[in-house]
Amino acid sequence: MNLRPSTILVLVVSAILFVLSANSYGFALTLAAFFTLGIFSFLYKDNPMYKFCEAVFVGISAGYWFVSLYYQNLLAKLIDPLVADPVGSGAIPYYVVAILGIMMLMRLVPSIGWISRWPLSVIVGATAGLWFITYLQSNAMLQLQNTIMPIQEYAADGSLNWYQSIGNLTVMIGTITGVIYFFFSKEHKGAFGTSAKVGIWFLMITFGASFGYTVMSRMSLLIGRMDFLFGDWLQLIL
Amino acid sequence: MRRQVPLIITFVVGSVLIIAAFIPHYPFGRLGENFSLYFDIIAVFAFILGGGNLIRIHGGKFTRGIKLSIAAAKKTGGFWPLTFLIEFPFLAFGGLEDKRGRDWFFSFITLAGFVAMLYVGLFKIGNPDGWGGNVTHPLSTFQQFYIYMFNPLQATMYALLAFFVASASYRAFRAKSPEATILLATAFIILLGRTPAGAYATGWMPESLSFLHVPNLANWIMAVPNLAGQRAILIGIALGVIAMSLRVILGVERTYLGSDRE
Repeated sequence: MNLRPSTILVLVVSAILFVLSANSYGFALTLAAFFTLGIFSFLYKDNPMYKFCEAVFVGISAGYWFVSLYYQNLLAKLIDPLVADPVGSGAIPYYVVAILGIMMLMRLVPSIGWISRWPLSVIVGATAGLWFITYLQSNAMLQLQNTIMPIQEYAADGSLNWYQSIGNLTVMIGTITGVIYFFFSKEHKGAFGTSAKVGIWFLMITFGASFGYTVMSRMSLLIGRMDFLFGDWLQLIL
Repeated sequence: MRRQVPLIITFVVGSVLIIAAFIPHYPFGRLGENFSLYFDIIAVFAFILGGGNLIRIHGGKFTRGIKLSIAAAKKTGGFWPLTFLIEFPFLAFGGLEDKRGRDWFFSFITLAGFVAMLYVGLFKIGNPDGWGGNVTHPLSTFQQFYIYMFNPLQATMYALLAFFVASASYRAFRAKSPEATILLATAFIILLGRTPAGAYATGWMPESLSFLHVPNLANWIMAVPNLAGQRAILIGIALGVIAMSLRVILGVERTYLGSDRE
């Protein structure tokens, strides 16, 4: 037996906290606090308490998504329609899909694992076909359409709206130069290179804004966890 | 046959769905919608496959670890089952010196969590409305597991990133080039503009300079240059997806089929 003093301390503290939980609600809160502190313990270094919480997270998140998908997709979209009308012509596609799904599970048997390629190819083919149209319509065409805006915007009194006009022009220049930057088939030199350079500046602004928002969302989660620990659990914030 | 048939299926399904988008009549009109439904159903089987793999991999590690632990307990002499039982709870915390089987306890925990969640979810344990009730009933054990285990773990995992983002930005955010300076300045303005500190810091500015008021500046950055960059990225992604879809449908891209030996 080779237990470190810090490990024993963590075990003893955890045991005391659980014992002190007066009722089932208190126990549940303490359990949530234990997991919160367990994950935060990684800030010190990788340790058994973190690994324990990580293992629990992997297990229950896999179970959670499994159960959710079972009720939302398998039961609601396959089993319920088949139970409602098992022999009608409308049931045939569901039987085909069910067979394809079972073929997918053949991957677990190495000798006949190649059978799983058939349903996989249906998924890949369907995804490619659907995404081709969806991305062409919503991402490429719609975005281009919204970029081509009037350079001169007028206010209600007929005067030129400088703020809006400059904004429209900036969006147009930024989008076009940004797309130019992503075109790597031509060397970024001369006027093309200058446009690509301007495109990089716009992309950097986007990355900076995304970074700012990511930091804020993480901070908001951190504040939420601290609020839970000091408010809900320890009752220090009322 | 093992590779040709899947390639033909991919080509037919992909092509039909693209053509169907241009034919708004039965049976093509609802084909995209129907395939999205079938896709969702097959995705569940893919998830079952994932669950099976999880059980296979962690089950294997757990079995190996148990054997190793029993062997270690036998070495100590005396009544080894008792030694094993006493050591069992401590194995997770670095109890065994042999590092080959050290992580088996965590595999056991993962499996236990997975099975427990399946049990309470699929059998609707603790659900006040019984079998006919909704699995996400606030008082069901499944929902309690979600609130007091899944949610804190997930939120804390993401909250942990706040520290790493701060640490990474401290090291990476050096205004070494104009591009890096733009990124740094934008992030700073957005962070400041979305907090009360930004409003307080520049709130004294006169009305004529209101565009320099940090919250206004942050709004303008989000609405104009950020929008332009986002659009460029979205158009780039769209062109990439379209090219990749064509490669897949035409059979140029075949990596999803795996190797020939399978």
